[in-house]
Amino acid sequence: MRHILAALSAALFAAPAFAAIPRDGALGMQPAATRIAERIHHFHTFLLWIIIPITIFVLVLLLYVMVRHNSRSNPTPRKFSHNTLIEVIWTVVPALILVAIASQSFPNLYYQDVPPNLQKVQDKANKLLADGKSGEYERFTKEYNPEAAAKGFVNVKAQGNQWNWTYTYPDITDDAGYPLEFVSNPLQVGLSTDSKEGVRNLSVDYPMVVPAGRYVRYYTAAADVIHSFAVPAFGIKTDAVPGRLNEGWFLVDEPGVYYGQCSELCGVNHAFMPIEVRVVPQEQFDRWAQLMLAGEYDAATASVQSIASIEPATKYAAITE
Amino acid sequence: MPMDEIALDHAHDDHDHKPGFFKRWLFSTNHKDIGTLYLIFAMIAGIVGYTLSGLIRWELAEPGIGVLTRFVAGEGDVAIQNAKHFYNAVITYHGLIMIFFMVMPALIGGFGNWFVPLMIGAPDMAFPRMNNISLWLTVAAFILACISMTIPGGSAGNGFAGGWVLYPPLSSTTGHPGPAMDVLILSLHVAGISSILGAINFIVTILNMRAPGMTLHKMPLFAWGVLVTAVLLLLSLPVLAAALTMLLTDRNFGSQFFNPAGGGDPVMFQHLFWFFGHPEVYIMILPAFGIISHIVSTFSKKPIFGYLGMAYAMVSIGVIGFVVWAHHMYTVGMDVDLKAYFVAATMVIAVPTGIKIFSWIATMWGGSIEFKVPMLWAIGFIFLFTVGGVTGVVLANAGIDHSLHDTYYVVAHFHYVLSLGAVFGLFAGWYYWFEKMFGIKYNGFLGGLHFWLMFIGSNVLFFPQHFLGLQGMPRRYIDYADGFATWHQISSIGYAITMVATLVFFIGLAEALIRRRKGVGNPWGEGATTLEWTLSSPPPFHQFNELPHVTTKGGH
Repeated sequence: MRHILAALSAALFAAPAFAAIPRDGALGMQPAATRIAERIHHFHTFLLWIIIPITIFVLVLLLYVMVRHNSRSNPTPRKFSHNTLIEVIWTVVPALILVAIASQSFPNLYYQDVPPNLQKVQDKANKLLADGKSGEYERFTKEYNPEAAAKGFVNVKAQGNQWNWTYTYPDITDDAGYPLEFVSNPLQVGLSTDSKEGVRNLSVDYPMVVPAGRYVRYYTAAADVIHSFAVPAFGIKTDAVPGRLNEGWFLVDEPGVYYGQCSELCGVNHAFMPIEVRVVPQEQFDRWAQLMLAGEYDAATASVQSIASIEPATKYAAITE
Repeated sequence: MPMDEIALDHAHDDHDHKPGFFKRWLFSTNHKDIGTLYLIFAMIAGIVGYTLSGLIRWELAEPGIGVLTRFVAGEGDVAIQNAKHFYNAVITYHGLIMIFFMVMPALIGGFGNWFVPLMIGAPDMAFPRMNNISLWLTVAAFILACISMTIPGGSAGNGFAGGWVLYPPLSSTTGHPGPAMDVLILSLHVAGISSILGAINFIVTILNMRAPGMTLHKMPLFAWGVLVTAVLLLLSLPVLAAALTMLLTDRNFGSQFFNPAGGGDPVMFQHLFWFFGHPEVYIMILPAFGIISHIVSTFSKKPIFGYLGMAYAMVSIGVIGFVVWAHHMYTVGMDVDLKAYFVAATMVIAVPTGIKIFSWIATMWGGSIEFKVPMLWAIGFIFLFTVGGVTGVVLANAGIDHSLHDTYYVVAHFHYVLSLGAVFGLFAGWYYWFEKMFGIKYNGFLGGLHFWLMFIGSNVLFFPQHFLGLQGMPRRYIDYADGFATWHQISSIGYAITMVATLVFFIGLAEALIRRRKGVGNPWGEGATTLEWTLSSPPPFHQFNELPHVTTKGGH
């Protein structure tokens, strides 16, 4: 549960911005910033518990036969070439393991792939509360956020270009009705003229900004060739294909800076069209949006350089490292 | 082999009428000579492809762009800009050359030509002249690919630099207006025709020219592997050819198949490409499966465990391989139900693959294993293919693939099944049949050294790439965020180790060629039960002038 009102008061205290960046020498995934990514982490851990023992099992069997059934320890080979029982076992058991994997895989896939119906989220939450099913309500709110659902989606379109991203906020319009739209260029492109600021190869001049604790629906499109919009900490990756409008969703609780990179080969500067997402409290987001609409890009970007924290105690504590 | 005893009834013919040099090697219609030529060709193409991968690892050893700049025109930032294009071209041609001009020619053209007729007791391939056409079309295709590397691709430099998957619009005139892509399409068309002709040849040979008594269910597993491979080639390559032709007309004649502005769809190309591309990965691994089965059986001195299960596991992998293609495209924006189907279908492949792994181990179980060089490669193959297989199960799940798609995790996965799978199978077959093919013995110490260096090197090279992928390192990046530096550096050290291994391989080859220790017909003893071991080493120029009669005593 996220207590937005309490959070806004806490937002007065500017906390250090959390950043999800690739960690040198890391063995696993970047810390999860969304429920989607959290579920991916759980599912991946579950898979590791299956695939590592299988690999070790095969290795042990191989070592065993190499030690026990080599020409020195077993000079006379046996001649069998069949054993129906064992063949049935090693067909059925893997099939059962796959069923176990599928039982986790499909709910996960549908959860992350289908943007939630926000009206239904609220209705279900209200019904559970009205029926007094508090346990079920707790479980439900782990997956869905009724308070955020009540505020509706924040819509963002990310258009891939050779080689930068154009972000459009169709719901944030100026007086003439034009939506907020701006180009986000990388700070570094591998050349000697590169800026020395930011996180090398990940930072951009004008980042994409979204409010924390809100459902975000993003659309991807492309102007020239195929690109792919990806943010590892969110567990999302959606291709930006010319002629198509793909969509996805995420909800980030934790304000911070999250980085992604274009994930479909798009030409010379493929490695240099990073994605920088700044997740900020709603108030800060509104201020940023007003400044952007007014054309004050630098002032707007400066206003989200320091990100106010919503809650001191965080659900995804790992990000704060 | 299900046969406990093979009765042979043929006389060795002493009158080998070998044609002169040009007639023998340029106009060759002899399956063994063509096989040898394919192996030499694959070695040359392999050196090119391997050198390209060396450039990749050298550039990625440290953050920043500082290596490829030495190979391109210009100074300073101009050179860096050119290097970016060059890098993309290098990864593209590395993939294409390794797949179309190294693994396929070696496993199918080389070992397939050499040993399918020998194993099934046939005097030659069904269409010897077509065999020759296949060979030289492959060479022509390779030359075209090399030419395409050196002619203008786009505004940014020479060669096509859009990845081996050739996705439009990057491969259409939007991304690469220059002629490099057109020449590359021609190259792949020619390579495809070569493979289709070769596939027809293998299918006809295997179905019609088996020795009397050798039913399909007594046929050696390598021949089974090549048969399934040939059927996959025959059914999948025309689809690639169609996609390439559409791309060609899009580029040159104003058609709009893949151009959204004209009502086309770039994603349609991906569907067509992967309808070919997924069977293609089994095309590369099934012959290796066959080779591994023979080696495991030979050096365990035991018949193959579950022969029929092994054969039909390959058949079912081939069949299922045609209905899983879109698991390469989970992020393109498919309907979620469609993704769910491809998740389910893809995971099913783990079952026949598991049957093969466990049957190999069961073949070794109770055996009297001799750790000769081919057996080292075969055991290495089994373990490493298992590692590549289980990461395949991870990637099959669209929910996780949304995170791992187009990252180094995928790179690690397919190099474990191809670079450490197919290539280990290739080297296993090379050492297994070296004496048979060339009539000379290789040096066992050098062969073992080659194996251990390669085993260590390729694991150091590819295992850390799993970690990079999990952290989010995207594929096809010339430069990366600093947080990826450590594992990239270790990966490059692994490449350096494989370089030593490759050097040892060629030293071993040269040593064998210089020393010329005379080989024997069957160096492996009782375990080697297939027909090629009943012949001399090297086999006579024309074998089985009188067909062998295959009888089975006992049964299976």
